[in-house]
Amino acid sequence: MKKLLNTLYITSQGSYLSKDGECVVVRTEDGAKRRFPVHVLDGIVCFGNVLCSPFLLGHCGDKGLAVSFLTERGRYLAGVRGPQSGNVLLRRAQYRLADDEDGSSRLARSIIIGKAANSRAVLRRCLRDHGERVDRLAMDRALAVLDDCAGRLRRPVPLDEARGMEGQAANAYFSVFGNMILAEDQSFCFAGRNRRPPLDAVNCLLSFVYTLLAHDVRSALEAVGLDPQVGFLHRDRPGRPGLALDVMEEFRPFLADRLVLSLINRGEVRARGFVRKESGAVFMDDDTRKTVLTAWQKRKQDEALHPFLKERLPLGLAFHVQARLMARAVRGDLDGYPPFFWK
Amino acid sequence: MLVLVSYDVGFAEPDGKRRLRRIAKICENFGQRVQYSVFECVVEPAQWVQLRHRLLEAYDEERDSLRFYFLGKNWQRRVEQHGSGAAYDPETDVLIL
Repeated sequence: MKKLLNTLYITSQGSYLSKDGECVVVRTEDGAKRRFPVHVLDGIVCFGNVLCSPFLLGHCGDKGLAVSFLTERGRYLAGVRGPQSGNVLLRRAQYRLADDEDGSSRLARSIIIGKAANSRAVLRRCLRDHGERVDRLAMDRALAVLDDCAGRLRRPVPLDEARGMEGQAANAYFSVFGNMILAEDQSFCFAGRNRRPPLDAVNCLLSFVYTLLAHDVRSALEAVGLDPQVGFLHRDRPGRPGLALDVMEEFRPFLADRLVLSLINRGEVRARGFVRKESGAVFMDDDTRKTVLTAWQKRKQDEALHPFLKERLPLGLAFHVQARLMARAVRGDLDGYPPFFWK
Repeated sequence: MLVLVSYDVGFAEPDGKRRLRRIAKICENFGQRVQYSVFECVVEPAQWVQLRHRLLEAYDEERDSLRFYFLGKNWQRRVEQHGSGAAYDPETDVLIL
């Protein structure tokens, strides 16, 4: 089994990353110099103005480290990966399956069931813990929609219908998402999902955490040799990592959304950590970004029981396990794709 | 697992300095320097075989000394740090720079 390795995040503007032997050397503008052996890392994420020496990039590619470049605010720009790993036969099988309507629908259904079930678990957990402070009626209605969606997807349905249901489930879930924000602070109210740019603090947090999740899922998929661009639920669009978005779906509710909720509810992020631009877009400041990154890294170390393998593993490794299960489902070694159910 | 590597390199001959540098370099590739000639290396067993092999190739049996301390998997409980020069934990620390 693979070990959960650390990710190096570079947020200091004007840093320079270079290679020395087997180490990544990080020089920040204030002259500080830190070094990390490559083998303790599984990825480097650079925010904004960060330079990497070509030798470091080459070395990372060689050792299978994913290097991602994001804007200072966390929008994904580019990535550097090593030679495509895994085998061609797997990728061919993936493309064939993606072209096949029934096959895609089968996998997409599992993914949506996983997402609906996990969304449901998040809502139920909130009802259990804070039942007296939330709008019970609305929550129950959303739960009913999610149940219905998961139930109907057990039977084969055309891909378009499955995607329609995914939309309904997501709408129902996000319509009550604001209920779960219990902080007194009025600046964290949630009226619905918006992005590019996010128009309020909650959406800003969600978008940022989804980017981090996408980076991790994408590298996990690449590590088993799947093509992260060719999805089953998310159809091909230039520049969009369809399969990464597919596999992300089941993780969104309990990893990303709950992380955002607990950051807000525990008061770890404050309204003054967000900046509103003239365009109405909301961005977070450097400290808030660091808080979120720290929380994200810690969250990945939490352990959970994998429902299919019946084994306890850190959540950060679950991406790799799911990628592997996805590869098996694509190859036909498994009858279907078993999503990660969170309890 | 964590292996603590510490060394003494004989300086009498002119090539002592070279061995010293070479040994330090090897250790840096696998771990972090916590004191001048003390390195903490978090390695998998396979990596440890490599590291050990390289060190044993680089040192001089007559003049140098190498010591390896094996602190195992749950090493976090077995290490205490006082004073300056705090080290990072490569497995669980959040690496944000």
